[in-house]
Amino acid sequence: MKFGTEIVVMCVFTFLALVAAGFGVDEPFRQHMWVLFFVLLGFVIVLLRNTSFAPAAPVDPSAYMDGPIRYGAIATMFWGVVGMLVGVVIALQLAYPDLNIEPWFNLGRLRPLHTSGVVFAFGGNALICTSMYVVQRTSRARLFGGNLAWFVFWGYQLFIVMAATGYLLGITESREYAEPEWYVDLWLTIVWVAYLVLFLGTILKRKEPHIYVANWFYLSFIVTIAMLHVVNNLSMPVSLLGSKSYSAFSGVQDALTQWWYGHNAVGFFLTAGFLGMMYYFVPKQVNRPVYSYRLSIIHFWALIFLYIWAGPHHLHYTALPDWAQTLGMVFSIMLWMPSWGGMINGLMTLSGAWDKLRTDPIVRMMVMAVAFYGMSTFEGPMMSIKAVNSLSHYTDWTIGHVHSGALGWVGMISFGAIYYMVPKLWNRERLYSLRLVTWHFWLATLGIVVYAAVMWVSGIMQGLMWREYDEQGFLVYSFAETVAAMHPYYVMRAAGGAMYLAGAVIMAWNITMTILGYQREEEPMPGSVPALQPAQ
Amino acid sequence: MGLMDKHAIIEKNATLLLVGSLLVVTVGGIVEIAPLFYLDNTIEKVEGMRPYSPLELAGRNVYVREGCYLCHSQMIRPFRDEVERYGHYSLAAESMYDHPFQWGSKRTGPDLARVGDRYSNEWHVQHLAEPRSVVPESIMPSYAFLKDTAIDVKDFSTHLIANRRVGVPYSDDMIAHAGDDLTAQANPNADTSDLEGRYPKAKLGDFDGNPQQVTEMDALVAYLQMLGTLVDFKTYDEAAGYR
Repeated sequence: MKFGTEIVVMCVFTFLALVAAGFGVDEPFRQHMWVLFFVLLGFVIVLLRNTSFAPAAPVDPSAYMDGPIRYGAIATMFWGVVGMLVGVVIALQLAYPDLNIEPWFNLGRLRPLHTSGVVFAFGGNALICTSMYVVQRTSRARLFGGNLAWFVFWGYQLFIVMAATGYLLGITESREYAEPEWYVDLWLTIVWVAYLVLFLGTILKRKEPHIYVANWFYLSFIVTIAMLHVVNNLSMPVSLLGSKSYSAFSGVQDALTQWWYGHNAVGFFLTAGFLGMMYYFVPKQVNRPVYSYRLSIIHFWALIFLYIWAGPHHLHYTALPDWAQTLGMVFSIMLWMPSWGGMINGLMTLSGAWDKLRTDPIVRMMVMAVAFYGMSTFEGPMMSIKAVNSLSHYTDWTIGHVHSGALGWVGMISFGAIYYMVPKLWNRERLYSLRLVTWHFWLATLGIVVYAAVMWVSGIMQGLMWREYDEQGFLVYSFAETVAAMHPYYVMRAAGGAMYLAGAVIMAWNITMTILGYQREEEPMPGSVPALQPAQ
Repeated sequence: MGLMDKHAIIEKNATLLLVGSLLVVTVGGIVEIAPLFYLDNTIEKVEGMRPYSPLELAGRNVYVREGCYLCHSQMIRPFRDEVERYGHYSLAAESMYDHPFQWGSKRTGPDLARVGDRYSNEWHVQHLAEPRSVVPESIMPSYAFLKDTAIDVKDFSTHLIANRRVGVPYSDDMIAHAGDDLTAQANPNADTSDLEGRYPKAKLGDFDGNPQQVTEMDALVAYLQMLGTLVDFKTYDEAAGYR
């Protein structure tokens, strides 16, 4: 029977969720288990409707397994729009506080929804689906483990739903970018180990002698995130039927563990994984080999070694001992070099194909991604210098920095990869519209520029106002005055974010139409078709 | 380039690549984090630190739940302007019982590390319920619902037990009286001598203006009112604490 085991297992878990909903010791936990119950119930119903007793068709072991990747591409687009929309909402809440709706839609609960939505739901799905795509094609092997890929995909979506609904219910560990509570963390651990087995297993059965460089980055991202996730989320639940837990470490040790995790969520989730994406999709789209093999070796090992040390720069001038702060700062500055090694390797891959910048908006998007990677990996080390950090820390400058990396690098390279993959995954001749890609490119780029520039101004202004003294030696501004001064910048920031969101919505439309099989009739991109010369 | 040629060995062996990259990424964490657990000078020697009283802990849980740390830091840096604005710079010892820490990373609102005793209980309640009625420039959300949400007192000792399991020195006595202490701290008519013995300097009284019920508002205000008030800085040796 098709899905026989799955249906039985799911029924058991659905029942357990119902039991937990009944016997939970705190109200948020009971509500959360009701959510879980209905999600699982929906899943069981879908499985029951799709089951059949006919013998399953044999699977061709030489064919690539693209089903989970197709779902992953759609999930990436869906969560991307959702996560960015929540971002625009909280940006507006900061400008117009009456938009907060207590208790579920206050900024304090929506903000983790935004960060997890874009980092883990959008970015995570992009990483999982592109890594499955890349590892099969560069290993010339079908994904390992039969339906394991489907488990990873659906298990990860369940994690997202549980994390997101938990935030709104007030279930949080308050560890930035690791907010889900202990039981959701345990579930993610299971899914992540399955993902590691899936990825490593596929590499192990490869038919190519060499493991392609993109896979080094994906592999190191998967294994490092496993380590970070497990250590950072060590905690003691109050009850096995309750949502609340207390972290294993306290105070200064807890702070450094969290930022060791937090900075490497950036370093491995948002950098190493997406570098893997860059190393496959940029050469493919421009049809040129990677610029330098040696550079890729050096920057890979240097990047993963140095990144892990950079966490303490989030704790400059705090109660963290000075030696740890200094160590973090030194390694953060050194990190500039491997980061730019990666940027140079990505950009120089266009050698001999720079003309594609004019004719191919997808290439343009990827190049802009790598350029923003270079920009923000310069800005980051600069902000990790203690003297600079004394001004920038606690201000909007940090927010701007994060967004130039996240919107510019992570967002743009993912968009490029999805634009590349979708026509191939659904056997379409081309995208629905390249002109819409151009629209997306410009909206996104202008949106980022507005966002980052506004946050520079507001962040530096905020930092300077806090420390401004008059000639008599008194602080010039009360804190409330500095808050009021931020208002115009918060409005402009929301506008920048809205532009970026608009671009993503256009992309979702373009991708949907491509999947449905439409092709928009439009003028080709200028320069993409050689102009006919009159006969002499 | 002999070394570069040798890299081909790793490129052809997935296990080597996995183990190699895992080893490389563990170094930094071990060197930076592990010493914090055994170096004696990581946490300064201070007088006055004690575990949170049950009501304060319940308030802290509300603070965590509502994501207050996303806009308010609890970490004063040793700069002239911050010390003048907020008070003595924060010590590691002041968060030694914080599971998890709440240092924060952003100041959309002011630092709260020493907000205790700065404002009246009435101010806090009014400010939490309707922030712009007391600070017109504020962009803080409203938390009026805390006034109507009762605290689950019955099993609160389980929270102290969980904290003790991760190293907070709650005594058997504290755990046995967790529920009573929680109610007594918010009840102006209760006998609080035992409570004050267990939790010196605890702020007492009806915090939210509603003596009938212990609400989340009581708890949160009790927590805010004790922030930064425990350490006795008259006995703190700054030179010995520097590291």
